[in-house]
Amino acid sequence: MLSLEFCIACVMLISLIIYMLTGGADFGGGIWDLFATGPRAKAQRSLISEAIGPIWEANHVWLIVIVVLLFVAFPVAFAAISTALHIPLTLMLIGIVLRGTAFVFRTYDVQSDTTHRRWSRIFAVASVITPVMLGVTLGAVASGTIHVNVESGQVETDFISAWFAPFPFAIGFFTLTLCALLAAVYLTLETEDPALRTDFRRRALIAAVSVGAMAGLSFVLSADGAPAIRRGLSNAPWSIPFHILTGAVALWAIWTVWKRQFRLARILVPIQVTLIVFGWGLAQYPYLITPDLTFSNTAAPDAVLRPLLIVLGAGGVLLVPAFWYLYAVFKGTAQRTRRTEEESNAYQDNSA
Amino acid sequence: MTDLLAARAQMAMSLAFHIIFAVIGIAMPLLMVIAEGLWLRTREEVYLTLAKRWAKGTAIMFAVGAVSGTVLSFELGLLWPNFMAYAGPIIGMPFSLEGFAFFLEAIFLGLYLYGWDRIPKYAHWFAGVMVLLGGTLSGIFVVTANAWMNTPTGFSVVNGEVTNVDPIAAMLNPSSFSQTLHMTIAAFLTVGFAVAGIHAYFLRRDPNNLFHRRAFAIALSVGGVFALLQPISGDISAKKVAKYQPIKLAAMEAQWETERGAPLRIGGIPNEDTEETRYALEIPKALSFLAHSDFNAEIMGLKAVPREDRPPVAIVHFAFQIMVACGIVLIAAGVLGGWLAWKHKSLPTQRWYLRLITCCAPLGFIAIEAGWTVTEVGRQPWIIYNYMRTAEAVTPMPNLVVPFIGFTVLYIFLSIIVVILLRRQIFQSPRL
Repeated sequence: MLSLEFCIACVMLISLIIYMLTGGADFGGGIWDLFATGPRAKAQRSLISEAIGPIWEANHVWLIVIVVLLFVAFPVAFAAISTALHIPLTLMLIGIVLRGTAFVFRTYDVQSDTTHRRWSRIFAVASVITPVMLGVTLGAVASGTIHVNVESGQVETDFISAWFAPFPFAIGFFTLTLCALLAAVYLTLETEDPALRTDFRRRALIAAVSVGAMAGLSFVLSADGAPAIRRGLSNAPWSIPFHILTGAVALWAIWTVWKRQFRLARILVPIQVTLIVFGWGLAQYPYLITPDLTFSNTAAPDAVLRPLLIVLGAGGVLLVPAFWYLYAVFKGTAQRTRRTEEESNAYQDNSA
Repeated sequence: MTDLLAARAQMAMSLAFHIIFAVIGIAMPLLMVIAEGLWLRTREEVYLTLAKRWAKGTAIMFAVGAVSGTVLSFELGLLWPNFMAYAGPIIGMPFSLEGFAFFLEAIFLGLYLYGWDRIPKYAHWFAGVMVLLGGTLSGIFVVTANAWMNTPTGFSVVNGEVTNVDPIAAMLNPSSFSQTLHMTIAAFLTVGFAVAGIHAYFLRRDPNNLFHRRAFAIALSVGGVFALLQPISGDISAKKVAKYQPIKLAAMEAQWETERGAPLRIGGIPNEDTEETRYALEIPKALSFLAHSDFNAEIMGLKAVPREDRPPVAIVHFAFQIMVACGIVLIAAGVLGGWLAWKHKSLPTQRWYLRLITCCAPLGFIAIEAGWTVTEVGRQPWIIYNYMRTAEAVTPMPNLVVPFIGFTVLYIFLSIIVVILLRRQIFQSPRL
């Protein structure tokens, strides 16, 4: 009974969730680089840099996967989004370019304070712009203001109004707070230094409260800004239990951060983010671009979707062990202990 | 500047920028894997130093390549939405496969760059092999999608609607094999000579530096071997173009008249108003032979199609001449190096030869840019050959000159930084 386009849509949503949990947290690292303060600002920055260094490029590929699936499986929707949201997407791309390049330039340029600070600033600002623009794009897609002629596939909206509005920007900043929350929670477990842990605990709490505020604001603005999503989020039979579940996980996550149960927090916060993105997916289904384009009226023929699903399955088999190895090497427990040793050695070297 | 011209300029600029970093990302892992493999076998420290130094340079280039490649995947829609709505499903197969290849490349590059003392030695070397594999496959899949634009297959058009889509047939279009072979060899050949050129520069100042001697030997061997292979793939490519895109071949050769026994032109200035090519050195019947293995084969001239269906002849002709010239110089340099090494039974470090190789360093990149100019400009006015014109594909978005200037400024800035960084951090003699 499952249609092929539904399966592809699920893969896209899962990819988006993984991108948020991994790539989103890398952007969150950049956000905390921007807000690195206090006597340990330098240590915070180097912790962030070590945490994302080996993995950010692999995490980034999820975005490519989403784009490719969109244009292969739902070509008319891809064309419509690229046309109506040309401006925020271009700004997001500039952010992606500057974030990635400034990060490697900082890693490999001379390690003087001025040079370091210059690249840090670009890296951090770009890490803020990119998730905001990603969120603006998703918010505009959900808002119901992009009108497309289903017959011709031509966009009937202008190039500004769909995204330059309160609701898409609320979603933009909502995305930003989610990235910041994920990063702060992950970073509490990237170090054995209690002072640094405390720094990121405080940041996680701030971010968690901001997530709550942005979720509330987005919901309020959706009344005018995205009425179809609002109906999906509040009137469907699943909506009330789902909101209670999401809210409960969110509160539990804050509680664990408060109680310094960081290992538990690192499980709960990703679940919270997953539920939020998943809830948006549920509310928006069957629309790909509300209100004109659905998954089924933009889907490529089955002759395209069937081999695509086979490739996704086969590729997944290849990908899972590779990703597992990458994360086991750089994010395993043994790794953290080792890094702490290296850090203390490095401090001794510096002071000598 | 019209919006169509701005869109084309932005796409061309983005591709021209990305291709430099893409080929480095494809080919540097081969040099790294060879150096690290030699270290594992001989335990000579200099090979490890070399692999690490090359890895550092590759890390910078790969990041720029990855983000500029992301820009391109979005630009397909931002600039050419109608093309993507039409072609997206048909060429989706190579793009999807490319996604996985890129995943492998990025995952194992992370392990390679940051895993020097965190994973076992052979696992580390294997990670390098996977980066090489992922990068090479990525390139092959992307070029396959481009090949489809030149020789579209795997679908039919009934009453203006695309039907009978067969993604596998589209992937296996007539140009896929020749284009991917030519480009992959070009990547290794170009990077081999570029790296050899950099180390040749240092060897002239410091002839006994072991680090640069080993680096020069590996890079020159890679460049030389792939240079010898390239004429074969070039010949296959030319014959495919002759068969499936005769007007592109006519533009490459500035051939106006349809004739039997057509000459090969070296140099020459094509005039698109008078429809003739002057001042060229013509080798009788050579074009017919090279294109169809028959001295009297018929070659279609540009006049066979109306003016609005012809590509800009002068650009394509000049670009083709530049590509071939660069290629011939590199092949000659490689053969000469092999001969010197064989004659003296030693690394060819004669000062004049080092100077020659230093001068050859940029030629591969020039050839690649020129070759892509031939492929892309030679396909005009079509974006999908004989199916969709570039003008039909462009976005309705106005003021496209703004993003064009924006990305141009951004990429110029990045280019300057990369050059400064490589000079300051990578192009140095290590303390041995």
